[in-house]
Amino acid sequence: MDLSGKTVKLHDMSLRDGMHAKRHQISLEQMIAVSTGLDDAGIPLIEVTHGDGLGGSSVNYGFPAFTDEEYLNAVVPKMKNAKISALLLPGIGTVDHLKMARDCGVHSIRVATHCTEADVSEQHIGLAAKMELDTVGFLMMAHMASPDKILEQARLMESYGANCIYCTDSAGFMLPDEVTEKIAMLRAELNPATEVGFHGHHNMGMAVANSLAAIEAGAARIDGSVAGLGAGAGNTPLEVLVAVLERMNANHGIDLYKIMDVAEDIVNPLMDQPIRVDRDALTLGYAGVYSSFLLFAKRAEAKYHIQARDILVELGKRGTVGGQEDMIEDLALTMAKEKGLI
Amino acid sequence: MSKKLKAAIIGPGNIGTDLLMKMMRSEWIEPVWMVGIDPESAGLKRAQELGLKTSSTGVDGLLDFVAEDDIRIAFDATSAYVHAENSRKLNALGVVMIDLTPAAIGPYCIPPVNLKQHASQLAMNVNMVTCGGQATIPMVAAVSQVQAVEYGEIIATVSSRSVGPGTRQNIDEFTRTTANAIEKIGGAQQGKAIIIINPAEPPLMMRDTIHCLTKDTPNQEAITESIHKMVAEVQKYVPGYKLVNGPIFDGNKVSVFMEVEGLGDFLPTYAGNLDIMTAAGLRTAEMFSELANSGEITLPAR
Repeated sequence: MDLSGKTVKLHDMSLRDGMHAKRHQISLEQMIAVSTGLDDAGIPLIEVTHGDGLGGSSVNYGFPAFTDEEYLNAVVPKMKNAKISALLLPGIGTVDHLKMARDCGVHSIRVATHCTEADVSEQHIGLAAKMELDTVGFLMMAHMASPDKILEQARLMESYGANCIYCTDSAGFMLPDEVTEKIAMLRAELNPATEVGFHGHHNMGMAVANSLAAIEAGAARIDGSVAGLGAGAGNTPLEVLVAVLERMNANHGIDLYKIMDVAEDIVNPLMDQPIRVDRDALTLGYAGVYSSFLLFAKRAEAKYHIQARDILVELGKRGTVGGQEDMIEDLALTMAKEKGLI
Repeated sequence: MSKKLKAAIIGPGNIGTDLLMKMMRSEWIEPVWMVGIDPESAGLKRAQELGLKTSSTGVDGLLDFVAEDDIRIAFDATSAYVHAENSRKLNALGVVMIDLTPAAIGPYCIPPVNLKQHASQLAMNVNMVTCGGQATIPMVAAVSQVQAVEYGEIIATVSSRSVGPGTRQNIDEFTRTTANAIEKIGGAQQGKAIIIINPAEPPLMMRDTIHCLTKDTPNQEAITESIHKMVAEVQKYVPGYKLVNGPIFDGNKVSVFMEVEGLGDFLPTYAGNLDIMTAAGLRTAEMFSELANSGEITLPAR
């Protein structure tokens, strides 16, 4: 694979996707320490939001230590060069949240829908584009639809005003060939001015390889997370990706040693558990299940004595999509009843 | 003279047609008019075949016949954009409006919680909130009738096939309206609503999760009893309303997991979200009819 001379923009997820792994309990001091470290290392874009996006604060997904507004107001003024993005899932957050994020000074709004339901994003993408924000359409669980379907949905988001479309491997299910096929199709068929991005999870150990495949196929933006801090087995570990890109002579604009140090000295110490491909995280990837289900399934296992792996496999069979965290306890209760445990 | 009140349905789409099929079985409401805007629409033709009078020029085509046909109730299954105008025109002729759009110009109506109150006061326009609201607010109310609820949250998961373009274009309206009604009708101090659209095939049944955070330690026995009673109330008009799991108590958190199976009249059984709207709308009209019949309310003079 030849990536020499290719330019890629890296987008850090540790303070948004990483919120899942921290049960949304990252402190303001930790947010500032991580983001200023990333800014200093040259990361151009950093996402700061509740794990489930603006307005994600809930019983269903978890109440965060601070509001989105408090996090954004703490981080945005501290940035020297990096820009801040916020995620929004229609059905959870509304345009009111989007306006709040804009007022806090975010540069990018990423509007996320399940990969077949892009038409719920018209209002939000339209408003973000009208406010002249960097507007990204984020097609989640992209392994669940064909390349043609992904393209059709991407075109909808493009028509609403998105200037960048992401193929998002929320379950960490994809293998490099699938990434190549989907990213290449988006790159070939979307408006040349529309950027294409890839967001990976490391549940099958493929996040770095998948990101390289995406760059080769034409992705201009790649999501990753310093030290991998993210849902499931984490996102593409950025310091690893940067080292690989360095070896391949791709243009990434990041200081490798500095991002290694942020990973080792700032992010690793704040983890509640090691971010790794454990049995349950591997099951997410293998069964094609939304990565943030991991800790919920582990908690259901502890409470109802049904193996997290069995719960996750069943959720995969049922075609569960992102945001259906409430299914986990419901299903664990039903399985426990069937086994005569309760 | 028949005790049935005569009704018009505005909007011959999926909702309007499902409503018509339910209404044809009603003891209290007789469907007389179906109102659309496209003479070629399948919904209008179907209504005609079922013996209804039809207008293809919108509500204006109905107005001249309101007195003649003694239309007392109208169901609006169009859109929020035209509802206000439809309501104004028909209210002026003494027709009670049941609003199945998200316009919500009238008070919210969740039948087992506050229908009796609206009907006995002869509210001339009542709004049926949202599908998620109809499926979940009875549960929030069941808890808040026992003790104070500081926070009520609902997650409605619906099949992709059952979500029409109107809801998709303005999904914020669903979350806002539902959250608002969780407070106003459910009795929670603060409300939060989440909607998830799932494209699985075969389509999944509507499911709803309700979480309430009570102010003080929950009275488990009283809440459980209240929830079972409320489920039975909803089952009177939506037989497929089913308590799957719960109530589960965890500290001050009370969680209930529901499934809503539709009757499969015109819409498939998985579309419990649409069925519960049409069933609640019809139940509402029936209550007006029952009270008018017993003399508890007097319909506008003609």
